[in-house]
Amino acid sequence: MSFWRLPLDSEEHSIPHGKINIIKSRCKGCGFCIEFCPNGCLRESKAFNEKGYHPPEVIDDTGCVDCGLCTLICPEFAIFTELQEAKKITEEDIQKVTTRFSRKDTRYRKP
Amino acid sequence: MKRHFRDIVPFDQDSADRAIEEGHGLHPLDEYLKPGRIPHIWCPGCGLGVVLTTYIEAIRRKGIPVDKCVVVSGIGCTGRVAGYLDMDTYHTTHGRAIPFATGLALVRPDLHVTVFSGDGDLFAIGGNHLIHGARRNINLNVICVNNFNYGMTGGQAGPTTPVDARTSTTPMGNAEPGFNLPHLAHASGAVYVARWTTFHPRQLVHSITETFDKKGFTFIEVIAPCPTGYGRPNKLGSGLEEMRYYKEMSEVRNGADPSKAEIRLKGKILCGTFINVERPDFLETYNNLVIAKAQGRDKGKAA
Repeated sequence: MSFWRLPLDSEEHSIPHGKINIIKSRCKGCGFCIEFCPNGCLRESKAFNEKGYHPPEVIDDTGCVDCGLCTLICPEFAIFTELQEAKKITEEDIQKVTTRFSRKDTRYRKP
Repeated sequence: MKRHFRDIVPFDQDSADRAIEEGHGLHPLDEYLKPGRIPHIWCPGCGLGVVLTTYIEAIRRKGIPVDKCVVVSGIGCTGRVAGYLDMDTYHTTHGRAIPFATGLALVRPDLHVTVFSGDGDLFAIGGNHLIHGARRNINLNVICVNNFNYGMTGGQAGPTTPVDARTSTTPMGNAEPGFNLPHLAHASGAVYVARWTTFHPRQLVHSITETFDKKGFTFIEVIAPCPTGYGRPNKLGSGLEEMRYYKEMSEVRNGADPSKAEIRLKGKILCGTFINVERPDFLETYNNLVIAKAQGRDKGKAA
């Protein structure tokens, strides 16, 4: 499916792109950020931290939109997001958003 | 067999201080926390850290300076919040957080006094203080973290433990029905009553920012997972599985009747802002009635 034009107000809006920072030594491995990240950017890493838990790691660096849910839901003050840039909406972004939760798209599905 | 032991190294205060200094400030919310207190003592999967984060986020969003915020807490896992926050905090004796905060709120009406405590502290030992604080409508923000048991002492049954829930003191199931906290707070006279779970951190931040503007006794119940004390005997699983249960079974209904917000074991959890009304608070009534009358009488005598 394709669109014949961009939405009329697309210049007023932008897509924020965030950077996920993980303080691995503080993590206690509760898994809240991995479970509740709306874009599914995180997964449990195979490596251990000093306490013996598996901290999260970033799967897809482009997926974070700086919503900040992981910052709020982390009980250990171990993860936060930073705004990198607010990029303009292009046609590919709209294509990506509309196909993100479709049944065929497996990029954002959890294993 | 000869054993080789590690040499005993005397405690190095300087390197310990350096480690604290390096570890502090990695997170943007660290400026509200005392250096060297993180990692906190709460179990992995506990929801108390989420409530602490949302409280800090609410202060940050509201832009309230740290010296205008006071946190008073009682005893229990939730009571340790006072030790982690880098502001004027007081860790009171068991159940007496509201009496202390009442005095503080009356002497310094310009401060935002928040009482941070657990369900056992506020409703079992301090139950009378809470209902009378709400009746007088003192300018306090109460955040009650409800994890359905006494977590710190080993998971005993408390005043909020639902019927048929297993705890370490009720191994065959609890025979007593638990308190419906929003209904109790509303009936006692609180002007703002809300309930959220730790699965709703954004709504919780919004609710806490609203209570900073409210004049009077506001009450927010936060339902938090307790995987060690309550989740394990009741087969609720880890903290993450309890969060999934909140996601499935919580229903947001703002303005709902708090008398219908009772919680049953593994049942539906009604969330939302239930009550948001205006009522003159204690200082206002006291100034308008007692002080005004006393001044009028003095003037009459002088004339």
